[in-house]
Amino acid sequence: MTFINYAAREINCKIVYYGPGLCGKTTNLQYIYDRTNPAAKGKLISLATETDRTLFFDFLPLDLGTVKGFKTRFHLYTVPGQVFYDASRKLILKGVDGVVFVADSQEARTEANVESIRNLDKNLKEQGYEISAIPYVLQFNKRDLPTALPTDDMYRKLNIKGEPTFEATATTGVGVFDTLKAVARQVLMELKKK
Amino acid sequence: MSAPDLVLYEEEFQKIKEALQRLRLDANANVVFLVDKNGQQIAAIGDLASLDTTSLASLTAGNVAATDGLARLIGEKEFSILFHEGEKDNIHISIVAQRVILVVIFDERSSLGLVRLRVRRATAELDKIFEEITQKVEREKDSLQVDFESPFSEITDDDIDRLFSE
Repeated sequence: MTFINYAAREINCKIVYYGPGLCGKTTNLQYIYDRTNPAAKGKLISLATETDRTLFFDFLPLDLGTVKGFKTRFHLYTVPGQVFYDASRKLILKGVDGVVFVADSQEARTEANVESIRNLDKNLKEQGYEISAIPYVLQFNKRDLPTALPTDDMYRKLNIKGEPTFEATATTGVGVFDTLKAVARQVLMELKKK
Repeated sequence: MSAPDLVLYEEEFQKIKEALQRLRLDANANVVFLVDKNGQQIAAIGDLASLDTTSLASLTAGNVAATDGLARLIGEKEFSILFHEGEKDNIHISIVAQRVILVVIFDERSSLGLVRLRVRRATAELDKIFEEITQKVEREKDSLQVDFESPFSEITDDDIDRLFSE
């Protein structure tokens, strides 16, 4: 649910990074946080366990500038990827405007990726959304690892609707901003239809 | 969409702010603010200078969402009030009109009893304002669609590229 405040001339959009455990959702946010001008970002909040596994969510507010005289503010969230945190993932999808699916390129994580997309589809439906209708971007993360599958294989298994797809190495930032930009573009274009 | 978009008109927005201002004075609170259940801040009144209201809004919504989940697990519809007690400051959280969250931050100059009492009165007032908003949106839905041209109808790729140009 995009929140457009005409009085304050602000648009607030919510983008959720989804994906299996340890695929690099938090790393994406961390990189965006590190590389964003301090005036344009808020605090990065991580509700994580002592071993740095996301427990509830990470949250990063970003002010990107103005579009048509409106300040655009993106709220980036990650979900906890581990299977047993499903109840938390559902909560975070509430009111989502766009989803980035971060897939782990390692061969051993193929099943986990497929399972996580299925889980995303199911949880979106429960909130009244269709994955085919909402802004959605796919990211193949960890391209730097020697065990990374060829992107063609991954695309065949994970592509849903011909969504924009990016190769990334979130630890060094490769593809991170391209992914964010692609989902932001779709979310803002969605406003046209309103 | 699972919930209709929230539309705030200037007139009701002013009424909301007045209601929050009154609550802040009556309850002797430091900060009073209103967040929607998705974590977007609607209005805030009080000593905001030292406060990261964006994070506060997001965490409050997360907190309420998690508590709602807990409530459903044990067969409750919701827990309508959350209270967090600190050494100096305390946070009182309650649900208004089923869709927005009212947060009151107060210290030793007030008390939980006073805050609860005043929140109850303010909630009735805010419920009414949100009821009016819903009715107004319903009433004006058709005319809105005819007369209202979204400022985003002419958004271009260049506009979006510019956002990421830095």
